[in-house]
Amino acid sequence: MRGDPGNFEVLTPTSLPEALRLMSEAALDQDSPLLKPLAGGTDLMVLMEMGALQCERFLSLHAIDELRSFRPEEDSVAIGAAMTFSRIRTEAILREEFPLLCEAAGQVGALAIQNRGTLGGNIANASPAADSAPALLAYDAELEIVSQSGTRRIPYSAFHTGYKEMQLRPDELIRSILLPRKWKGCHQSFRKVGARAAQAISKVSFAGVLRISDGLIQEARIAMGSVAPTPLRCVHTERALQGKKLDFSAIGRAKEALFKEISPVDDIRSNREYRLRVSLNLIEDFLLSARK
Amino acid sequence: MSAPKKISLHCTVNGEPRELNAYPMARLLDVLREDLRLTGTKEGCGEGECGACAVILNGELVNSCLVPAIQVQGAEILTIEGAANHPIAAQVQEAFLRHGGVQCGICSPGVILAAANLLSHDKAPSEADIRESLAGNLCRCTGYSKIVDSVAYAASDLKGTRS
Repeated sequence: MRGDPGNFEVLTPTSLPEALRLMSEAALDQDSPLLKPLAGGTDLMVLMEMGALQCERFLSLHAIDELRSFRPEEDSVAIGAAMTFSRIRTEAILREEFPLLCEAAGQVGALAIQNRGTLGGNIANASPAADSAPALLAYDAELEIVSQSGTRRIPYSAFHTGYKEMQLRPDELIRSILLPRKWKGCHQSFRKVGARAAQAISKVSFAGVLRISDGLIQEARIAMGSVAPTPLRCVHTERALQGKKLDFSAIGRAKEALFKEISPVDDIRSNREYRLRVSLNLIEDFLLSARK
Repeated sequence: MSAPKKISLHCTVNGEPRELNAYPMARLLDVLREDLRLTGTKEGCGEGECGACAVILNGELVNSCLVPAIQVQGAEILTIEGAANHPIAAQVQEAFLRHGGVQCGICSPGVILAAANLLSHDKAPSEADIRESLAGNLCRCTGYSKIVDSVAYAASDLKGTRS
């Protein structure tokens, strides 16, 4: 049954402190329904139309300028949680230093979705297929999370705790996504495998970063989407590569580690067998391309 | 909890200031079609996959089925009804007529606005640019060739009129 837009209340704070006050009041008041943050609507409006929304009240973030800011600092860049994928993929510093995130942003839906969808929304929607997630994991992203009681930082790799579960209290908002500026010059690659290039939700996605010097892998980051209940940083695969020469035995050990650490399932978009095989092909491709 | 109320909404649609009352979570698509009777904007999938409902909101292409009314307060919106008065969109429409870019027509409003949006930012797009810009607009009739050709012709027509 179609959802009725008349069932939903929307609050529209114009500043972050006002937003956090409203979130805190809603979280404390037992009788009041929780407030769900609403950014570009590209996920929530679909659920509303399907009549599948679990909440009654939204906090629209569109009038809070601070959440759309991009702040490059010396050691890291801070991407405002409500920055759209269109802006991310065209931001010069991100294109130069974080190409995997820009490539992922360019493969979210198509242009009309990229103009509305936000990085924070992609994270808080908490899908294991989220397009931005592998790149964020591979770049050691941290989340800056705010509430009326203060600010905390959490590594993105610790944020998702289970299928659609995350470390975010009802009174908290993601303010920004922080990326350390240490990946320039690394070998890196992003791949999204879906039914077609545009609009498809991924069957499998992959991000890899290797820092190679003196013929040895000094640092490895491997992350994947749609192969586990959450976006997955593949730490065992990374360990199999760390400090090694990038030869065929290292590639073999990395594939073995990846095989053991991912747990893809059958669903409407793909099946376990296909996802396993493609995942192994993706890591092999990536490592072989780094040898060239 | 108080029952949700309609909000008073002010926006500019196809150059005309409009005022209406709508629920904050009403889809822009329904506001355009039901409240403003601008039925040129079509509903296809209703979930942001097909692009039939695409409009230009504050200079950016969006799927109007995914935009809540509350977020268009004060906005400028261009729909297919405004295309004839828009220098670039009008050229795109002309090119679609001349080069067979329209068959059944359901996707055309969204496709034409997506193409106009492209040509507003890029005066000389490659075929790959055209295909990427239209990747979010599904057409089940044309096989896309005539659409892509029409957009390429529109780009060269626009270049001609400018030089």
